[in-house]
Amino acid sequence: MRPYRKWALLAPALMVLEVAMDLTQPRLMQTIVDRALPAADMGMTLRLAGIMVLAALLGLVFGVGCGIYANFAGLNFGADLRSALMRRVQSLSFADLDRLETGRLVTRLTNDVEQVQEAAMMVMRILVRAPMTMVGSLIMALITYPRLCWLIVVMSPLFLWTFMYISRRGHDLFLAVQDRLDRVNVVLRENLAGARLVRAYVREDHEEQRFGVANDDLMVRGVAAGRVTATTLPIMVFTLNMGLVAALWLGGWQVYAGEAKLGQLLAFTNYLVQMLFSLMMVGMFVVRLVQADASAERIEQVLSTIPSINDVEDVSTENGVRDRFRRAKTVPDTVFRSVPDTAVSWAAVDFGYRGAQAEPVLRGIDIDVAPGEVLAIVGATGSGKSTLANLVPRFYDVLGGAVCVGGDDVREVSQSELRGRVAIVPQVPSLFSISVADNIRFGRPEASDDEVEAAARLAQAHDFVSAMPEGYATLLEAQGTNLSGGQRQRLAIARAVLCRPEVLVLDDCTSALDAGTEARLLAALAEWDHRCTRLVIAQRLGAIRSADRVAVLEDGVVVGLGPHDQLMESCPTYRDIVWSQTNAPGDADA
Amino acid sequence: MREQRTTPAQRPFGFGPGGPMHGVTFQQAKDRRGTVRRLWPYLRSSARELIIVSGLVVITTLLGVLAPYLLGRAIDHCLRQRHIGDLAHIVGLLAMIHIINPVGMYLQSVLMVTVSQRAVRDLRRHLFERLQRLSVSFFDTHAHGDVMSRLTNDVDTVNNALSQGVVQLVGSLLGLTATLVMIFWLHWRLALVTMTMVPLIYAVTGLLGKMTRVAFRARQKDLGALNGLIEETLTGQRVVKAFRREERILADFDEANERLKKAAIRAGIIGGSMGPCMNLTRNLSYAIMVGAGCWMVGRGLATIGLVAAFLEYSGQFMRPLMQIAQVYGMVQGALAGAERVFATMDEAPEPPDEPDAVPLPAVRGEVTFDNVDFAYEPETLVLREVSFHAHAGQTIGLVGPTGAGKTTIINLLTRFYDVANGAIRIDGHDLRGVRRADLRHALAIVPQDPFLFGDTVRENIRYGRLEATDDEVVEAARVANADAFIRHLPEGYDTVLTESGSGLSRGQRQLVAIARAILADPAILILDEATSSVDTRTEAHIQEAMLRVMEGRTSFLIAHRLSTVRHADVILVLDGGRVVESGSHDDLVSAGGLYARLHHSFVTAGA
Ligand SMILES: Nc1ncnc2c1ncn2[C@@H]1O[C@H](COP(=O)(O)OP(=O)(O)OP(=O)(O)O)[C@@H](O)[C@H]1O
Ligand SMILES: Nc1ncnc2c1ncn2[C@@H]1O[C@H](COP(=O)(O)OP(=O)(O)OP(=O)(O)O)[C@@H](O)[C@H]1O
Ligand SMILES: [Mg+2]
Repeated sequence: MRPYRKWALLAPALMVLEVAMDLTQPRLMQTIVDRALPAADMGMTLRLAGIMVLAALLGLVFGVGCGIYANFAGLNFGADLRSALMRRVQSLSFADLDRLETGRLVTRLTNDVEQVQEAAMMVMRILVRAPMTMVGSLIMALITYPRLCWLIVVMSPLFLWTFMYISRRGHDLFLAVQDRLDRVNVVLRENLAGARLVRAYVREDHEEQRFGVANDDLMVRGVAAGRVTATTLPIMVFTLNMGLVAALWLGGWQVYAGEAKLGQLLAFTNYLVQMLFSLMMVGMFVVRLVQADASAERIEQVLSTIPSINDVEDVSTENGVRDRFRRAKTVPDTVFRSVPDTAVSWAAVDFGYRGAQAEPVLRGIDIDVAPGEVLAIVGATGSGKSTLANLVPRFYDVLGGAVCVGGDDVREVSQSELRGRVAIVPQVPSLFSISVADNIRFGRPEASDDEVEAAARLAQAHDFVSAMPEGYATLLEAQGTNLSGGQRQRLAIARAVLCRPEVLVLDDCTSALDAGTEARLLAALAEWDHRCTRLVIAQRLGAIRSADRVAVLEDGVVVGLGPHDQLMESCPTYRDIVWSQTNAPGDADA
Repeated sequence: MREQRTTPAQRPFGFGPGGPMHGVTFQQAKDRRGTVRRLWPYLRSSARELIIVSGLVVITTLLGVLAPYLLGRAIDHCLRQRHIGDLAHIVGLLAMIHIINPVGMYLQSVLMVTVSQRAVRDLRRHLFERLQRLSVSFFDTHAHGDVMSRLTNDVDTVNNALSQGVVQLVGSLLGLTATLVMIFWLHWRLALVTMTMVPLIYAVTGLLGKMTRVAFRARQKDLGALNGLIEETLTGQRVVKAFRREERILADFDEANERLKKAAIRAGIIGGSMGPCMNLTRNLSYAIMVGAGCWMVGRGLATIGLVAAFLEYSGQFMRPLMQIAQVYGMVQGALAGAERVFATMDEAPEPPDEPDAVPLPAVRGEVTFDNVDFAYEPETLVLREVSFHAHAGQTIGLVGPTGAGKTTIINLLTRFYDVANGAIRIDGHDLRGVRRADLRHALAIVPQDPFLFGDTVRENIRYGRLEATDDEVVEAARVANADAFIRHLPEGYDTVLTESGSGLSRGQRQLVAIARAILADPAILILDEATSSVDTRTEAHIQEAMLRVMEGRTSFLIAHRLSTVRHADVILVLDGGRVVESGSHDDLVSAGGLYARLHHSFVTAGA
């Protein structure tokens, strides 16, 4: 909010002027009625009426001005908040993302920000006006009729109590509402993303029921929150009006007894009524404030998430001493390693997704890969192949040991530099709703069209891309749903290849390719004019055989490491893997 | 429905030469009355509450009018004219009013909260139900974040307007009417003077209202676009990080954010001008009243007292108008939101079943493709003259180069899409002539990219057959070779997966999806590269069990590993959308065609 202080202050200032213009009206009116009308003085009447219109015009200018500045301040604030959230999310590590969950993050950035922003504007537009009127009226009431002021003193605690009740009870209730909204969003998201599955299993009714439960729950919470807020206004109105009645009764007798003047009493009641109106305003918007507060808390949760993976420089400079201390505590005795003359090296790596306590996914991994070498990684489903690969671009931090790229510990290199050196083709190709060319260019936006085409040719994607109606300019749907599985994979490969990285990680990215295409792809990679180290996770022999060495993983442990022929002799697991393939179609016609 | 996607905001990562495209056009004011009419049914179920609320509004408004009158009377009668004895009387009455009124107000708002929450619940449910009727291509072609924005933000605007605006609107209208009756009864000439402002007000609200609505519509649209971008970015966040795209993403995001901000500021300013504008009209009306009154007094057409009273009344006449103006912005926002909600509801659903669609109680599983042509995009045929026949209980293998159209055949068989030419028959019935639900009940499909819910592993498997017992779930998992790793998860079958299924390896997710299909116990089983990421040893284990499962069912196996399909009764070889060969493994190998070549590269790779 701070950068917009000027606007944020201008808005209420203009509001004061607008209110002032409003306040001149009754006085002008009074003059007209008391003086001009009785005299039937047309000239004076018209003059005064003219002044009134002028004041109203000024009021319009001030009012619209106030609106402009309030909108400027509030919406800039909202946009900045959203942007701060987005920036924070961009800096989160994979582990943070696993934990925060995409669906929930989306609601934070969309719905919650909206709520907070609305509230901020409301504060500027209404909440300023109402207290101003209220305080003004209070002072005026005090001055005009001090003898009845104890009434206000009696009423105040009730107001205070009401506000406090609302903000305490309301807060929890609105948190609950936002929480249920999350739930509704999650079901919706799943149904958008999993629409085919729902259709295929004819689960429309089931999903409607699931959504219905979440939806009903949201309604119930909404009603509960609404009930509490519905009590505010009546309580306030009741209190004030009772004050009014009491003033009339007591003041009436005092006037009758000649202890006070009628005018005093009239003015006093008038001010009470004014207070009533502004209180009603406040009451209406306190609710929105409380609601926004619940959202603000949820936003704060994300903003206060400290990325669990930071660059070394970050630690000392940007985040200061406190962070260094934190890191020092969470990673007790981090020893940076360096393994010279290797492209990639896992040195005594231990890793688990759920922290040191849970069963580790990788244990004591020791592999050195020489520059230019092609290492195949094989193993059963869930044995930790992808995990091993994900450590190289430092998507996760090891629990023990170290991973080095180009001889340097990945924790000592900045993430940006590291990810420029390592390009990965993820197991699930993730594409975006932009053109084919832009998808391929994703990692190197400045690449020329020729480079894009060359990368596509290398990835065996050129043929099908040029067969598409608009070639490289064809727009993809989100996640590339208008492509076949193998086409998606090849675009993901082209995307990585275009980066010309030092280390290329191919995580099972030929699973949807036919053997012929796969063979051509492997051949093209072998003849590629850019020398790079390749880590190839693969199931099929074709890809495994093209590697210099093979690492065999079993339950997170390396049980074999070496060239094919050597492993055929020394590693029973590897033999099993090979036989499971050669024996099947091979023997029939062998 | 495709045109929607061309706005740059929905293309989050674009950096084409065109640059941002501004000035979205909204010349046509959309159908406001139609929107209101469509909202009405959502309130009808609360008709009783609405009647009660109306009654309460009438009572509280009338009491609200009565109170100042009593106050004035107390002052005039009791104090000025010193009938202090009646004071107790009047004060008692006032006290009563002020006890009844808050109770009425409370009931009113509680009821309205219920009404509005119920209405938006129904709105959300209805929208969701409509989404369930849409064809799968809708979900492929629409930004999910935008759809979500409609169901939350847009529905929210309706909620706000209903819960806060409507009562105020009704009360104001009532107050307005009461005052009108009063002034005409008092002095019609002066009343007519008061009325001179009505056309002005009408013009102002009409003009500003239209502008507000257009501005709000633009705002909600930009909001939806931004939310779409946020959703897509966060979904692909891992790739964004892997390829160091954070900076550019933020630049695109900033652009969309900025665009929304501009639209929102515009909408806010226009919407917020209503109040000050009404203020101006009020003062104008005062001035006119004063002038006209003065003139009439001079002519002896009215007394000073009356003119003074009328000045008061014109204030009373304007106050509800101002209130209406206040809720106006809210109502406009709600209409714009509702419009977007209804627009999504109006998306063409999957064509309904034929009225004379035959029920398919027990499917034997005979599948015939008869000269089927198909295209996703009008010009490019993806399948051409595909014909084959699968006897009940047979296993059909589908192989061919990537992009040949294998998955497309499945998309047609499940009727996600309808054929362009030719026909598909199941047990001799044309697919278009059977009920969709019956057809899909007979099928179980393991798609290329398995989708898992953010639920427990157990429930994810049970999705195949909701009434299955826990034992059956475990049994299915065992057949799919998934039992062992599931037991290794921190909480076994009760481990909650994340929405994106990120807690499992890809192969493990495929195994869960296979277990789900096995549990469904279908007449026709479709495995679309279901084990592509499963290692060959595990696959060999599954295959034995699967052979037993596939016995007696028609099965379609799509695979690139020819080892997966070699046991199929018939293998169809697809290339470029045509069936180029078919036969058993041995026949095809000896025929020396495309299959033999594929087989050759598969075998030589391993040798
Ligand atoms: N939703 C869609 N909209 C438009 N075109 C599509 C869509 N889905 C697939 N296509 C196109 O149809 C062709 C056939 O795709 P299909 O998914 O059937 O191939 P496939 O044989 O299953 O390939 P793979 O082995 O790679 O999975 C491809 O050229 C693809 O680009
Ligand atoms: N994000 C995650 N959070 C928690 N556990 C995970 C996560 N990703 C994977 N795992 C678990 O870690 C283990 C190793 O998974 P990984 O993805 O490395 O397997 P993989 O060898 O690549 O298997 P596949 O061949 O199926 O791809 C598995 O048991 C899996 O359940
Ligand atoms: Mg993997």
